[in-house]
Amino acid sequence: MIVLILAILLFLIGLYGVLVKRNLIKIIIGLMIMEYAINLFFALVGYRQGGIAPIFTEGMADGVFVDPLPQALVLTAIVIGLGTTALLVSLAVRIYEKYDTLDVRKIRKLRG
Amino acid sequence: MSLLPLFVVVPLGAAFLTPIFSKFWKWFPDLWGNITSAVLMGLSLWVLQYSGDTFVYNAGGWEPINGIPMGIAMVMDGLSVFMLIIINVVAFLVTLYSVNYMTQYTDKGKYYTLFLLMLAGLNGVVLSGDMFNFFVFLEIAGIATYALVAFSIEAEGLEASFKYQILGGVASGCILLGIAFFYFLTGTLNMADASRIISEMGVNPAVIFTGILFLVGFSLKAGLMPFHGWLPDAYPSAPASISAMMSGVGSKVLGVYALIRIFFNVFGMAGIPSLLTIFLVLGTLSMVVGAFLALGQSDFKRLLAYSSISQIGYCIFAFGLGTPLGILGGLFHLLNHAVFKPLLFFNSGAVVYATDNRDLESMGGLSQKMPVTGTTSLIGSLSVGGLPPLAGFWSKLIIIIAAIESGHHILAAVAIVISIVTLAYYLKVQRYAFFGALGEVYKKVKEVPALMCISMIVLAILSIALGILMLPQFRGVLLDPAVKVVGGGITYAKMVLGG
Repeated sequence: MIVLILAILLFLIGLYGVLVKRNLIKIIIGLMIMEYAINLFFALVGYRQGGIAPIFTEGMADGVFVDPLPQALVLTAIVIGLGTTALLVSLAVRIYEKYDTLDVRKIRKLRG
Repeated sequence: MSLLPLFVVVPLGAAFLTPIFSKFWKWFPDLWGNITSAVLMGLSLWVLQYSGDTFVYNAGGWEPINGIPMGIAMVMDGLSVFMLIIINVVAFLVTLYSVNYMTQYTDKGKYYTLFLLMLAGLNGVVLSGDMFNFFVFLEIAGIATYALVAFSIEAEGLEASFKYQILGGVASGCILLGIAFFYFLTGTLNMADASRIISEMGVNPAVIFTGILFLVGFSLKAGLMPFHGWLPDAYPSAPASISAMMSGVGSKVLGVYALIRIFFNVFGMAGIPSLLTIFLVLGTLSMVVGAFLALGQSDFKRLLAYSSISQIGYCIFAFGLGTPLGILGGLFHLLNHAVFKPLLFFNSGAVVYATDNRDLESMGGLSQKMPVTGTTSLIGSLSVGGLPPLAGFWSKLIIIIAAIESGHHILAAVAIVISIVTLAYYLKVQRYAFFGALGEVYKKVKEVPALMCISMIVLAILSIALGILMLPQFRGVLLDPAVKVVGGGITYAKMVLGG
């Protein structure tokens, strides 16, 4: 149980980074921490004490095996996270070219 | 129904082929994008005949064992058909419009690739029967949209896209965490199976916490009022065709559809008053604040963006009433908004195409030079303002009657007042942009090319004619099956699992 709470704590740290930091790159890092925390939480949900890998082998019938579904899902979620992070970083590079700054307080052309 | 995967496979495959062949032939992306979206529109109109039933497609042939789903399931019921038709018809008109409109931008091959990816994601969200695929398709549509908002590579577009992506990322984070809790709670990801388990388990704090995570995530995607920060920046900065797609389809599928599918069908919270109260509060807030912020705008597209917030507020408000009449009104308003808001965004795109100007106060008399744009925008404005006999009038009428019937008299009065405010700011658009004396600078303005005109005319005709869907003969085709699914609540599980 304590590990699950720690994973949620990590999520909140990431959220703090997104909300409070002023630098675009730090915001992106905050978002990545959030993603990792969720992936960690998801993988921990499927964990079983003393479990074995869920591959059909001899003598597995009487053993406890970990839940494979969250692991498969976390792999997909990691790939999605890679896509969004790559897009965010490339946007940050372009924004730096246009505005010559990474400070969100100075990137304010849109108003209203 | 082995046809169901085609809604995802066709645009995904077409998106893969677009960048390869557009290297060789300049004309390829236009033709290919239009053919693909026309095929999808045909498919969506063809499945209309099955709108009354529920179909389940088990990917890879993994049939349920003892009524427990094993593999990935795609589900099509009345609500899915309703959304599929909205998505694919609007998408076809958007590709038709893009042929000429997108010549202002650089790479059409990349544009159609991203557009078709977005389409695949949206179709997938509507058809998926389990939570995780739901999330994956949501992210596919999301990433394509983020890139399309920044398509102009101007400073404004990049800034808006970054903002949208950060808020979208937080929303996705909340949704994924919600899915993790959901799995923790029920031990399954299949929506129908989970719905059965939750209804046996009853409401407990864990269910409510999961619900809150989903509510925050999807409200952010829908752009409801406290979560709307990205919306008025993202819509004006995107190309007009993409604003039309995002406003007409994107925020509805990713936000409103997801909210009603999860809260009404999976959690079955339609019977719990506190959830409906949250819907009512969010809806009324978006409706009122969106309308008043729109009143103060002088940028054509930014005004339309705030108007979108206000109209989505109407839909959520109607679902919050929880009565069958309210649900009917909400769905009908969703359909109407998917017709007139793309029309108005097309008009704004046409004005920008012809005059290179978005500031309403410096325009004037454009109707004389652009009769098609002027007339269609007048029809769209009056429909969104709720003038009889245009389609927008009927949906607002139903929402207001439903509000009075369920005893929310003050909220009904608010909805009527906001409807008048809506009419006021659309008349402001007409007054500044299309009526009055023609400015000196605009003497040489010409009407936009034929394909752009055609897509605007089709939408204008639809926004006049959709009122006939309220006639009893036509209601059974599209609206009633969808209302039955939403109003049926957790009977969804029984319909999907059978028995």
